[in-house]
Amino acid sequence: MEISLKEILTEKALKVRRKIIRMLAKAGSGHPGGSLSMVEILVTLYFADILRYREEDPFWPERDRVVLSKGHGVPALYAVWSEIGWIPEHMLWTLRKINSPLQGHPDRRKLPILEISSGSLGQGLSVGIGMALAGKMDKKDYRVYVIMGDGEMDEGQVWEGAMFANFHRLNNLTVIVDYNKFQLDGAIEEILDFSPLDEKWRSFGWEVFEVDGHSFDELKDVFEKVKNNNFEKPQCIIAHTVKGKGVSFMENNNAFHGKAPTKEQAIEALKELGEENPEI
Amino acid sequence: MREFKIGKATRAAYGETLAELGEEFREIVVLDADLSKSTHTYIFAEKFPDRFFNFGIAEANMVGAAAGLARCGKIPFCSSFACFMVNKSYEQIRISVAGSGLSVKFVASHGGISVGEDGFTQQSVEDIALMCTFPDFTVVAPADEVYTRWLIREVAKREGPFYIRTQRPKAPIIYENKNNFEWGKYIKLEEGDDVAIFSYGLTVSECLKAHDLLKEKGIKASVYDAPFIKPIDETTVLEVAKKIKRIVVVEEHLKDGGLGSRVASFISENYPVPVKIIAIDDTYAESGKPDELFDKYGISHKKIFEKILDFIG
Repeated sequence: MEISLKEILTEKALKVRRKIIRMLAKAGSGHPGGSLSMVEILVTLYFADILRYREEDPFWPERDRVVLSKGHGVPALYAVWSEIGWIPEHMLWTLRKINSPLQGHPDRRKLPILEISSGSLGQGLSVGIGMALAGKMDKKDYRVYVIMGDGEMDEGQVWEGAMFANFHRLNNLTVIVDYNKFQLDGAIEEILDFSPLDEKWRSFGWEVFEVDGHSFDELKDVFEKVKNNNFEKPQCIIAHTVKGKGVSFMENNNAFHGKAPTKEQAIEALKELGEENPEI
Repeated sequence: MREFKIGKATRAAYGETLAELGEEFREIVVLDADLSKSTHTYIFAEKFPDRFFNFGIAEANMVGAAAGLARCGKIPFCSSFACFMVNKSYEQIRISVAGSGLSVKFVASHGGISVGEDGFTQQSVEDIALMCTFPDFTVVAPADEVYTRWLIREVAKREGPFYIRTQRPKAPIIYENKNNFEWGKYIKLEEGDDVAIFSYGLTVSECLKAHDLLKEKGIKASVYDAPFIKPIDETTVLEVAKKIKRIVVVEEHLKDGGLGSRVASFISENYPVPVKIIAIDDTYAESGKPDELFDKYGISHKKIFEKILDFIG
């Protein structure tokens, strides 16, 4: 990857993380861990020339679809969209507040640029399947990306979808698993260990890739592969990530799964993220 | 007491109409979960194989995919048995369809206990109540094949999410000489001032027979086909409450949360008169012939007649 692009992506990721921390601190609740773990995934998709979209028209019918199945991580998506200009920055600070379009979990009725409402885990893949089917039927070449959490792998609906998508050879569909190794109640391996995850997806017939979910190089490389290689089958990218990535006291600390930072913690976090005299 | 000409099952009328509409509405796609032979979506599947998707026995995935198709401008008709369509996918309907503001048309067959011999697991006595909980949903249950054909055509044309309940047995023809109906309106089938009966689906013909038995006793009953359960036809219900002052609702569904509950709640707020609900009372049914089940669970014409006699004293 060119050095200049990597610098741009690194800077974007920093900005997005700062916004996530501010949004959650101002909201006083939310899910930092799973928002921070997928920042590089989203930043690469949107800013490394992977996704097809139009800045001036988020509803452009030919756009690639991004379905956020792990709805609790939506602050990361709101932050990325504010970088594109789809969400005005001041609106970010209304997250989780009454009358805000930015609901705690994605609500398409309040924010129509969302592809779907989500927050009840396990549902996004099926929605993505419907979009991929529609694309095939209409002979459109948009792609569908479904971003899932690792805890979602527990849900039976995911495997109903995995079976269907391969049977119908939905090669315009890519699942990205944000594999940060934790779910609400604790470590995945202690709650319901589903390893080896790659073999599970492979046995359901998918093309499977494993990457470091914080490496722009690896992410860009794998996204270009699924975009350009014209695979016969749907693809699953298992992105190994760190929950709470970017803030030392949140990394791998599951206390921050569903707890917002206090004002003091947020200031500490923003300093780590390169702000000199942060204010909340 | 009258006899009815027996027509096609409402599920069959659905399948045939859908296949007709496929030509005209190119955006219609049909989804089923390994019950297409029973829901009659197989007719569409044979005619338009590229627009039919069998999800196998995986209702949750089917409903999510229907939402995705709707989000991309398709008109998805999603079918299964009522018990599976609603109960197995309730949460997917809530988040991916209702909570996402998407227009999916759910047409479920085998509503009610008239499923018969298969027993309680395949019967559906709570589908109406559950589907009425979704904001913006329109919930309709046709009584015969004639109404079904009209209804499905309307549903294909109209925006918004729908739940349509069809049924397994061949249905008595209610509308032999009629094929145009008014959206959302109840249809007066008999006129009488002593009591007014509202019903939908297969129990409409039972109510008409009960009307005949009441007539022999000198009791004049109005009978309405009330296919719209959500929203109810408030104008007609209010008019009837004011004029007749005694309302009976008969339904092949739990007493809780069905048409009876909705009419009673509307009436109590707007023009309180006695409302009697004749329905399945806090239980599941069992295997048996449909008419045996109707009788045992209190919704046969004979039981309706007896309960109305008792109600009006």
